[in-house]
Amino acid sequence: MVPQELKYTKEHEWVRVEGAEAVFGITDHAQDALGDITFIELPNKGSDIKKSDVLGTIESVKAASEIYAPLSGKISQVNESLTDKPETINFSPYTDGWICRVALADTAEQETLMSAAAYETYLKESHS
Amino acid sequence: MNYIPHSDADRAEMLRSIGISSGNITELFKGIPEELRSSSFDLPLGKSEFEVEKYIKSLSRKNTVELINFVGGGFYDHYIPAAIDAIVSRSEFYTAYTPYQSEASQGTLQAIYEYQSSICRLTDMEVSNASLYDGGTALFEAAMMAIRETGRGKIIMDGGVNPIYRKMMYSYTTNLSIEFVETPVSHGQSDRREIKKYLDDKTAAVILQNPNFFGAIDDHSDISRECHALGALVIESVYPISLGVLKSPGEMEIDIAVGEGQSLGIPLSFGGPYLGFMASRKKFVRKMPGRIVGLTRDARSRKGFVLTLQTREQHIRREKATSNICSNEALCALRALIYMSLIGKDGLKKVAELCMAKCEYAKERLEKIKGVEVKRSSPTFNEFIIKLPKDPNVIIEKLIKKKIAAGFPLGRYYKDMADYMLISVTEKRTKQEIDLLSEELENALWN
Amino acid sequence: MELIFEKSRPGRTGIVFPEKDVPVTCVPDDKYKRKTPAELPSISEPEVVRHFTRLSKLNFSVDANFYPLGSCTMKYNPKFTEKIAALEEFTSLHPLNPQLVSGSMLTQGALEIISNLEKALSTITGMDEFTTQPMAGAHGELAGVMLIAAYHRHKGNNKKYILIPDSGHGTNPASAAIAGYQVKTIPSNAKGVMDLESFKHALNDDAAGVMLTCPNTLGIFNPHIKEISDLTHKAGGLMYYDGANLNAILGKTRPGDLGFDIVHINLHKTFATPHGGGGPGSGPVGVKKELIPFLPVPRVTKRKDGTFHLDFEKALSIGYISPFYGNFGVMLKAYAYILLLGKNGLIAVSENAVLNANYLKYHLSKYYDIPYDKNCLHEFVLSAGRQAKKGVRAIDIAKGLIDYGIHPPTVYFPLIVKEAMMVEPTETESKETLDEFIEVMIELAKLAEEDPEIFKTFPKTTSVSRLDEVKAAKDMNIAA
Repeated sequence: MVPQELKYTKEHEWVRVEGAEAVFGITDHAQDALGDITFIELPNKGSDIKKSDVLGTIESVKAASEIYAPLSGKISQVNESLTDKPETINFSPYTDGWICRVALADTAEQETLMSAAAYETYLKESHS
Repeated sequence: MNYIPHSDADRAEMLRSIGISSGNITELFKGIPEELRSSSFDLPLGKSEFEVEKYIKSLSRKNTVELINFVGGGFYDHYIPAAIDAIVSRSEFYTAYTPYQSEASQGTLQAIYEYQSSICRLTDMEVSNASLYDGGTALFEAAMMAIRETGRGKIIMDGGVNPIYRKMMYSYTTNLSIEFVETPVSHGQSDRREIKKYLDDKTAAVILQNPNFFGAIDDHSDISRECHALGALVIESVYPISLGVLKSPGEMEIDIAVGEGQSLGIPLSFGGPYLGFMASRKKFVRKMPGRIVGLTRDARSRKGFVLTLQTREQHIRREKATSNICSNEALCALRALIYMSLIGKDGLKKVAELCMAKCEYAKERLEKIKGVEVKRSSPTFNEFIIKLPKDPNVIIEKLIKKKIAAGFPLGRYYKDMADYMLISVTEKRTKQEIDLLSEELENALWN
Repeated sequence: MELIFEKSRPGRTGIVFPEKDVPVTCVPDDKYKRKTPAELPSISEPEVVRHFTRLSKLNFSVDANFYPLGSCTMKYNPKFTEKIAALEEFTSLHPLNPQLVSGSMLTQGALEIISNLEKALSTITGMDEFTTQPMAGAHGELAGVMLIAAYHRHKGNNKKYILIPDSGHGTNPASAAIAGYQVKTIPSNAKGVMDLESFKHALNDDAAGVMLTCPNTLGIFNPHIKEISDLTHKAGGLMYYDGANLNAILGKTRPGDLGFDIVHINLHKTFATPHGGGGPGSGPVGVKKELIPFLPVPRVTKRKDGTFHLDFEKALSIGYISPFYGNFGVMLKAYAYILLLGKNGLIAVSENAVLNANYLKYHLSKYYDIPYDKNCLHEFVLSAGRQAKKGVRAIDIAKGLIDYGIHPPTVYFPLIVKEAMMVEPTETESKETLDEFIEVMIELAKLAEEDPEIFKTFPKTTSVSRLDEVKAAKDMNIAA
């Protein structure tokens, strides 16, 4: 069961919308697929991003994966603690493992995201 | 001889055991349609070792090897200590595979780690990879690293960079949209004014070589500072033996140091295999191509080595990989490591000093010859250029008949330097050989 | 084991130089001089030899261990070819010599060998001409895709994609990307070969070419290969053959006969040159005649008087991808091998390689899942899926094999098989070695049922047990 209050993308990112801002991260499924995370290339504070832009990369011993922006906006904060402890994403992907906070360009854009139920269905279907 | 252990009886038994009662091995190829079978396979039949040896030795005798070698151009006749061949011919090294299964490959892995460390110490850089094919490919990979790192698309290349490497660079990048600008040399060294003219915030890197193709030495620290001020990187192609005396890339604040490792105990071997080395600042390590070995521990806290940062590589990232490299030059890197270990800190200094001294002696002898102009506009390491009053090609040919490979005619790669020749002197060249070169050059010109 | 730097002691030396015999000294000016010397170890020759001899004993190697590594062709490295490659008439040859005027006469032996090797490889693969410049297989792939790009550019075609099956080796898409192409990945079908329908769907005017190996990485020969070639050519594309699996088909079929336009060969696989712990290799590339004008320069050509020389004047050439003529020292070994084996020997190679692979597959099929069960050629893929259900994965079986002195097969490749183990015994292994491998694999399968937990402790007979790769990536200690 994924956190019900969050929204999701097909690339396994989650979004927590807080009014005109949103916080992004990667889901438990993604961290599990990657394995022990050894490095994360964080996006730059202050940069403008568009939905589906590459935000950064996450590396584990066996894979390297891009992180895609679920929504458009301006990055107001990044989780600097991940530079020293990238493994935080593995054991706390939805809370301590948050990646960045964004001032949304268009709050209506969140309609394009999947609900928790839709994401759960998507996970079940892609792994049958 | 085909090195296949099976006797006919072995094959028959094996075929029977897998249900091929006919005993006909060709049944295993049923999956290949008849119409796709080889239309021909016209090779001679196999021969014995004795016959092949005789034939190849007859071919080998068609190569002229008793020439006193003054030809350099990036590839040098240095002495190779006997211990190197003895160690690398151990089958545990040369018949080993790429060390993907680390527990079964600690010999190779530790050797690569020591090689990486030695290259860093040699160049005063922070990180090194496990090798690339050769110095030219390493230079191309460095350019790609700079482009990835800066996100910019322009490269400035000094004309003193080995012309063969410049040709390789253009060939490799034909299908990529990179802007190249070449700057000429000025009095043998890098032309700062020209470089500054093109250096801007669209420049990914400036590529330099020290010593350059003409043997001239330089201190590129000022160019590094100019580049860094504009966010561009500096790439330097260096000659390992020269680092026994010359300012290192680390000391010159170079970002990526590359070069040809052939001078570190690898034979000339008519063009390969060679050894491309690459070292850089730690902050660029994730953009670095090739394999990298790292130190770690096992569950019992024993030290061990593994291939690391593999997520940059082709077997994981596929089309997003930092490079497509798979096999590299591991055994050549081992040769270089053994050479650097035997020669040591003091030995490297000594061999470099010998090269410089003998080179200076050669210059003094040759400039005494009527009509020969030894270019002294800049200091050199172990190579220098001379201008001749007659066609260097003709002179070189005459000297070859005297069993001296006197040098390389620059006109081959530099159209406006057709009356120049490049001469290289290593620690292997004796005073007598240099004297002979001088006498025979004079004869060739005037008698 | 201690690092070599830890054995360094001031004042020790491993090499003696002749005394300086010229009456001059030359020291660079301070601004060009190195401030602190390179901290290379000060150590004697006996200590150096002991250090590396001890290191060597920590390695597995083909001479000592069985390496059933799929896609690597770890066959026996003949000692005779090592002897040939060490001849001084080859090792001391400066590569610039033939570039001097009349210089080719100084190196006729070497040039003739290059020319003969190129011809032999053309005959073996059914191509028209070869270049020996690429210094490794992946380098050959890059050269091949660059040739495709040059061909299309010359014809004024605007092609964007290279089509690659999902079972392809990672170097394929990586090479395509460097040559400026995007990649379309084509799925494999239930029979394990590239799905023809998906291929037809993806193939259009934008396809520059297709990169395939045949048999593929599952050891399976695609029966539609000629149709794929014809369709590709009709769409104006070129067919590229990844020669990694050439050991399966020597003398039986040739990529040239299957419709391929470009092939690369791995001399360190099919032609028995040693792997060296990761190189040097050599990846010559062969082409059909339409592509000859684009081959890299120089070309070794034979003059009317029978002598060989280097031809640099090829206006359409892709240029230099190597400083000279390729890894000559490696090419020499492959040439000697081809002469030794000849037509009959090479045919025996593929027949016995295929027999050995089928023998292993047959006798292991009761204990391991074999996803594509029809006859394989020289390699096959088994899956540790059954064992994984008990918690024993392919990597665990691999580590178990190490304790038996057997190098594991390739694991987790191709990506299309879960818990994949790709097995390629090659032709130089005896029946006893194969039977031992079967016995060990069966024992490990049984152990996976009875005591899966114990696999976590494997390997336990090596100098180190499983190493912490996460720590290696995080610490990033890559130089001492």
